[in-house]
This record gives sequence, structure tokens and C-alpha cells, in this order.
Amino acid sequence: MRNTQSTQLLFELSRSGRRAALLPDLDPEVAAAGEDLPAEHCAASPPPLPELAEGDVIRHFTNLSTLNMSVDTHFYPLGSCTMKYNPKRNERLAALPGLADVHPLQTDESLQGMLRLLYDLQNMLAEISGLPAVSLQPAAGAHGELTALMVAHAYFAKRGEDRPVVLTADSAHGTNPASAAMAGFETKAVKSNADGLVDLEDLRSKLNDRVAVFMLTNPNTLGLFDHQICEITAAVHEAGGLVYLDGANMNAILGLSRPGDFGADMMHYNPHKTFSGPHGGGGPGAGPICVRDFLEPFLPSPTIEHDAEQDRYRLQYDRPESIGRVRSFFGNTGVLLRAYFYIRSYGGEGLRQVSEDAVLGANYLLSKVKHILDVPHGERCMHEFVASASRLKKEQGTSAMDIAKRILDYGFHAPTVYFPLVVDEAVMIEPTETESKETLDAFAEALFRVTEEAGDLIHEAPHSTRISRPNDVAAARKPIVKWTEGD
Amino acid sequence: MYLFHTEADRRAMLESIGAASMEEILHQQIPENARFDRTLDLPPAVSEMELQREVVRAAAENASAVSHVCFMGAGAYDHFVPAAVDAIASRGEFFTSYTPYQAEVSQGNLQAMFEYETLVTQLTGLDVSNASLYDGGSAAVEAVIMALSVGKGRKRVVTAATVHPEYRQILETYLHGLGCELVTAPLEADGTSSSVTELIDDQTACVLIQHPNFFGRLEEVAEISAAAHAAGALVVQVFDPISLGTLKRPGDLGADIAVAEGQCLGNPLAFGGPYLGVMACRNELVRRLPGRIAGQTVDRRGNRCWVLTLQTREQHIRREKATSNICSNQTLLALRATVYLSLLGPQGLQETAEHCYRKTRFAQQQIESLQRFSLPFTGPVFKEFVVKDHQGDVQGLMAAMLEQGYLAGIPLGTWYPELQDCYLMAVTERRTRAEIEAFGQALSNVPSSGVVAGA
Repeated sequence: MRNTQSTQLLFELSRSGRRAALLPDLDPEVAAAGEDLPAEHCAASPPPLPELAEGDVIRHFTNLSTLNMSVDTHFYPLGSCTMKYNPKRNERLAALPGLADVHPLQTDESLQGMLRLLYDLQNMLAEISGLPAVSLQPAAGAHGELTALMVAHAYFAKRGEDRPVVLTADSAHGTNPASAAMAGFETKAVKSNADGLVDLEDLRSKLNDRVAVFMLTNPNTLGLFDHQICEITAAVHEAGGLVYLDGANMNAILGLSRPGDFGADMMHYNPHKTFSGPHGGGGPGAGPICVRDFLEPFLPSPTIEHDAEQDRYRLQYDRPESIGRVRSFFGNTGVLLRAYFYIRSYGGEGLRQVSEDAVLGANYLLSKVKHILDVPHGERCMHEFVASASRLKKEQGTSAMDIAKRILDYGFHAPTVYFPLVVDEAVMIEPTETESKETLDAFAEALFRVTEEAGDLIHEAPHSTRISRPNDVAAARKPIVKWTEGD
Repeated sequence: MYLFHTEADRRAMLESIGAASMEEILHQQIPENARFDRTLDLPPAVSEMELQREVVRAAAENASAVSHVCFMGAGAYDHFVPAAVDAIASRGEFFTSYTPYQAEVSQGNLQAMFEYETLVTQLTGLDVSNASLYDGGSAAVEAVIMALSVGKGRKRVVTAATVHPEYRQILETYLHGLGCELVTAPLEADGTSSSVTELIDDQTACVLIQHPNFFGRLEEVAEISAAAHAAGALVVQVFDPISLGTLKRPGDLGADIAVAEGQCLGNPLAFGGPYLGVMACRNELVRRLPGRIAGQTVDRRGNRCWVLTLQTREQHIRREKATSNICSNQTLLALRATVYLSLLGPQGLQETAEHCYRKTRFAQQQIESLQRFSLPFTGPVFKEFVVKDHQGDVQGLMAAMLEQGYLAGIPLGTWYPELQDCYLMAVTERRTRAEIEAFGQALSNVPSSGVVAGA
């Protein structure tokens, strides 16, 4: 009989009376302190959590971990999401007691080391973006988008301009329109042209005195640097609007091009993509934003200031024109510190090399993949490119999803599929700079083999994983989102 | 440093691409008017050894809950984290994995998320939970936005002055963009917001309360819920997960949506983040629940398994009509909370809550016995309480206590001008009797000027 313990749930492993964590005995004098909590506030019994021994817990989660792919174990050619190697030094440093055990409401005086690191990070992010004013507060990229749009809203309100519209590129990340809606704007999509770039005519036709912001990603989600970028930003500025740059792809242009220089007024970083940071299965990330100096007064509170005379750092809460607060306490400091460590490890020339190698790896893989799948938009790319399985689907019934699932059997994480929406049967590939030529060769070879396969081998893949092709439709129709006894 | 290519590799790759140089590729892509033509002005690259030396030095300049004895709270607490939490969370397979869109190679994360969701429903007594949000403050705001979305045009949000002031600040920022009205019930003399019910009307979409409140005081949630429901409004309750070792659960008190800061569940203080936004709600609200949700299903072979579900609510499908723009969650911190709660179990959570409660009472007694201080709010508290300094020099007091090795508390004047001479302190299970007694002693040694003799 096969041991199935590892696939059971915590709740199924629970045995009444089993314990892991033991607390010290409560000192009798402390126990006797004061009256009990009033009975009307007290529960009859504690919540029905599972009861386990420490060994149960460790074995359970260790076994679960082996069911995940991860960067430490596998190559993720995952377009747009930039899964690159996570340096181990960053983890050790972020865990230092003077960083990990600092309370968020300590006085500035007791935080000088922390504030200096974060202040220096602000300056480094400003230099890399070419935009001088920074808020480290947003908790994720989408949170950065929302915060910046609120900043734009406050800016136009101060100028007495009513601009209720935000334009987004149709190839944009879905968070762009969602963030605009959350900030109270109506959104309109700007079309892509046949080259996958912003359709300048369509943009011009939609620009007017009601448009507050044009949000775009550059390099875009097809991995292309929009060569009209300066014309685009000039057109938006001419109409009195602001340009928001979705910084999801900043890892492609470090030291090669700066958003502030090509006309962006606001941007966010995804430090976990650009400067590396563990994705942790979906989070946490962070979403610091950089803006032009005329937008600085509206940034959320607090910001970090440096008093050069006394060489002291302090948190500035007194910001009368600020949009206010967007997150409790300071921000996702742990993630931000990792970005700091990463940038310090590379320096300016090193960062440029990072981007050059990311672009080199992507073009190398592109030169191989174009013989396997169609790549509709160009012979060259930045850090990622989008292939299409459209022809393969017509000719032999293999979809982008089939490719994604089958490649798992070859020991690679799947590429991003069905995004961006502007490419049919999209297969979006981003190798990142932290993969060797050997790995890229092996992936191209596996991809080639997958496209040669057919039938059930493809449609029922993956075959080597613990489960295969879960029924998403059933999951959504009658959601089971928690364990219930007897299920 | 983390790059792989040798110069020979780079040459071979360029040759295979058919490009003469890297410049050629870059020039084809980036137009001249957008090229950056100098080197970024950043500090020079440093080796791991040098970086460590620098950062260790910077870290040593900070006071922390390790170098000092911590009595600071206000939504971020110095609770004990068992070693097993770090051991599991630092496994690369969890740490460096991606969002589980490819369920086949993410069952570890998905099952852990499903277990987290179940634990949150067990904790809160509510029906469903998401797989976490950014932090307690944004969870509170997302809950209010969720309530507004079911409120059929109701645009009024009633809150209490005893809800975490930063959460209310975030709410103000968000509601401004959405054109909604926020009204706040004042702080009562006993440290509660009992008058919150008087502000509820037929335009009220929801009531936001915190229990135990920002000052540690217990609120009458059941009464407030009844009043809100009678007016057709929803109730959003901010709770302290640790308190549920002994207090009644939000679902049992009538809350429709419960949110919390999950930092206390096995996550470090980390100067405020990353933290963990906990959120649970009643079944009928599940399709408005923001953030990711893991659900159970079967695969084509009939095996029980887990997937991300109800994704049609999310921005990658609904775009501008999504229930929220949130596109990530705090999986790694939710995992830590899952391991933490698994280790504690019902008994451990109850004992932890008991330690917090009793040690808080003990600390209150120590401080109350000192002439300089009093406790302005009467009535029961959990884990946290307000102290009034009759000499009114809270900042000086805190600075002097820092010198003596204590993170003594948080001055309240910034948020509550009427509490200019008060500070908030928290006592977790980590504090010992000896520490609390020494703390009382240290407090009594601080002269009124705030300067410690001889220091």
C-alpha cells in the first residue's frame, strides 16, 4: 500500500490532544493579576484548528514543497513575470535582527541605519528611472499604479482641470485598467498597430483635454521597445496629459534607457522582477514609484528626508498636498531592502550588463524558437518575445496550452500563454539573464520535441506530475474553498 | 555575479543570432533619442563580504525587538516565532516559486493556500477566505470597497475613531477617489466608540469597527452588528488573530467581513512589511471577494487537487470591471501563518492569548502603582492599553526609556490630540514577569525632564 500521508490535508492529519508548540508556564503571580475577561466576550472554546506534532507539520510542508517547481530547482521561461535567480545573500542580510526585528513605529532616532538604506535606495531608483521623486510605500506593482494615478488625480485637481479619462494600451497588463477604475477614472484602450506597437494615429485621435494619463509598458508586453516612444510622450504632453510607465519590464533597460529621459512622468518598479526577490509563490512583492519633481508634493506620506547639516534621516509626515496614506506603516521594507542589496552588488556597469545579458539570452532563444513556432513581431526583441502556436493548432491541433502542459514533463516551467491578448495562441518567453546557454539550448530542444508530438501524449500532458489537467470549470461552478469535515 | 555567460558564450550566442555585436541588437531596438549614453551614477559594486560588512553596520545602528525589550504594538507585535516556521518558509521550493497558474507544478503552494483559507475560516467563524491581501490596512479598505459594491448605491461608510488611525487614513485616500462619504464616531471616555450606532442611516453601506480596538479595549460588536443589519448595512470587523484564542469570533458576533493584520501569525516586524492582510466573509459575498482564492477540484485522472479559482473576478479577465486591482497576494507570509497556526493548534492559540491577556493585566498593575501614570480608559483590554503620563512629556519619556533598553510604547498625540499626554503599549506572550517588573522600575526612574540621571 502506498503511503498517502503526504497528500492529506493538515486537518485530516489532526489528532485530538497532539501538540507542537508549548508555552512556558504562566507565572502564578502574573496569572493572578486582575480579573478575568468578562464572560460575555469569551468563546466557549478556542477555534477548531488542527492538532499536530511538530514532526507532522514539518513533514507535511516539506512534502508539499516538493510538489512545486521553483527557480531554485527549475528554469522558468516565463514572459512578463521575470523569474530569475534569487541571490542568497539577500536573504541572510534581510534577516539581520537590526532589520527584521525593527518595529514600524520606532522613533527616527532609533532607525538611522534603516532610514539610510532606504533613503539611498530612493536615490538609486531615481537615478535608474531618470525620475527624481520616489515613494517606497506601495505594496505591489498594481498598488504602485493605483498610487500614481491618485497622484495624477491630485495634480490635476490642484490645477483645476477635470480630466476623467485614463488611456491604456490594449496590450497592457490587466492591472492597468483595473487600477484606473479603482482610482475613479474611466478607461479607454489604445490600439496596437500591425507591428505590435502603439498605434500613434489611434492614440492621437483619443487624446484631448479630458485625458489625464496614458499608461503604457515599454519595452512592451511583446518584448519590443517602442521606437516611437518620444513621439508618443510628446503627443500626450501636448494634450496636457501625463505618461505613466508600467515598469514591469525595467529589467530590459537598466542603464540602457531611462523612462524619465524618454518622457514618462510616473512609473512603478516591480523590484522582485527587476532586481530579483523571491516571488514566494505569488508574493510578497513591492511597488515603489518614481515621479517628476512637480508631482512630488502629492506622493503618499511618509517620505524619507535627509538633513545634510546634521546628517540625520527622518520620516516626513507633514505633507499638506499629499494624497495621504496608501498602506499601513512604511511599506514592504523586506522586499525593498533586497532590491538595495541587489543594486549594491552590481553597481551601474553591472546593471547594464544584467540588461544586456537578458536581451542577449532572449534574442538567442528567439533565433532558435523562430524555427519551431511563428514569432509574429520581429526578428529581434528586448528581454522577452511572443511566439504564436496558431499555425500549429490549425495544422496538428496543438494549442499553446498543450505546449505549456507538455513542457512541464521535460522539466521546465511553462512559458506564459494566452498573454498578451493581441497575439493568437500566444507563447510568451523570457529567459532572463540568469540562465546559461546550455539551459537555453536544452529548452529550445524540448520545445522542438513538444511541437513534433501529437495526440493524447500532448492533449493529456503533463504525465509526470502528481496531478494533470485539473478541472477549473468544476472548481469555479461549485466552489470548494475550504476543508469541511466529512468532505 | 549572478550572470552565467562567459565572453566565449556571448560571442557564440551573437553568432548564432546573426548579430555582429550587442550594440547592433540594442541599436535596432532602442531609437537614438531614447538611448541612455552614460553609466548610471550608482555607488560602486561591492562584493558579498563588503556588502555584509556595510549592512551589518547599518543594522546595528537601529534599535530592535532583539536589542531592546519591546512593548510597542499598534498593529505590529513582537510575538514568538517558532523555528519550524522559518525552516519551512525558507525552503527554496516555496520561497522561489511562481504564482500557481500552472496548477500541476504548484500543488504545494495551492494546497498550502487552501489550508490557509480553511484556517482563516476556522479562526474567524466566517464561511470563506481569500489567500491573503497586502496588509491589515489595505484589507480593511478592500473590505469597505466590497461592502460598497453590494450596497446598491449606498455611499456612506461609518467608522469608529477606535479603528487603527492608519487604516482610516488609507480608507480616506481610497474613498476620495471613489466619491464616497466617510463619517467617524468619536472616541468615548471609556476608550470605545459606542456611539457608532447613532451614525448609521439608510444610506450607510457598511460600518467599520475594530475589536479589540486600537487601544486594546473590547467593543460591543454584537450590538453594533445588530444595529447595522437593521439598517441594511454590512459590518466589517478588524480583529486580532491572537485574541481569538479566547475571544468570540467575528462571525459569531455578526460581522459580515472580517479583516486582520496577520503579521502576528509567525511573521517578523520588518519595519512594517511585507505584512499579511487576512480577509474572510460570508458565503454570499464570495464572488466579490478580492484577491486570489485556491479551490478544490479533481484532475483528469480523478485525483483531488487544487487550483486558483473564481478568477473571473480578477483583473486579468475583467480588466476595468474587476472586483479589485490586486494582482498578487502574500503567499509566503500566508504560508508562515499556516505553519504557525498548525504548530499552535487550538490549545497553543488559547494559551498564547491567555499569556497576552494576563501579562497585560500584570503590566497595567505595575504601571498603575506609579504615581506619575494612570490608565485613562476603564474596562477590559486585550494585549494593549493606554497609559497617561501626568507630567505630559511622552516623547521625552519614550526617548529616556529607549536609552534604558526599552521600546516602551507609541505616543498617541499624532493621531489623537486629546491624548497628547498618553501612549499605547502592548504586552505579548514573549514578555516575562521579570521584564515587566524591570520595565515598571525603569519607568519610575525617569525624571520628569525625560533625561535619565547619569545617562
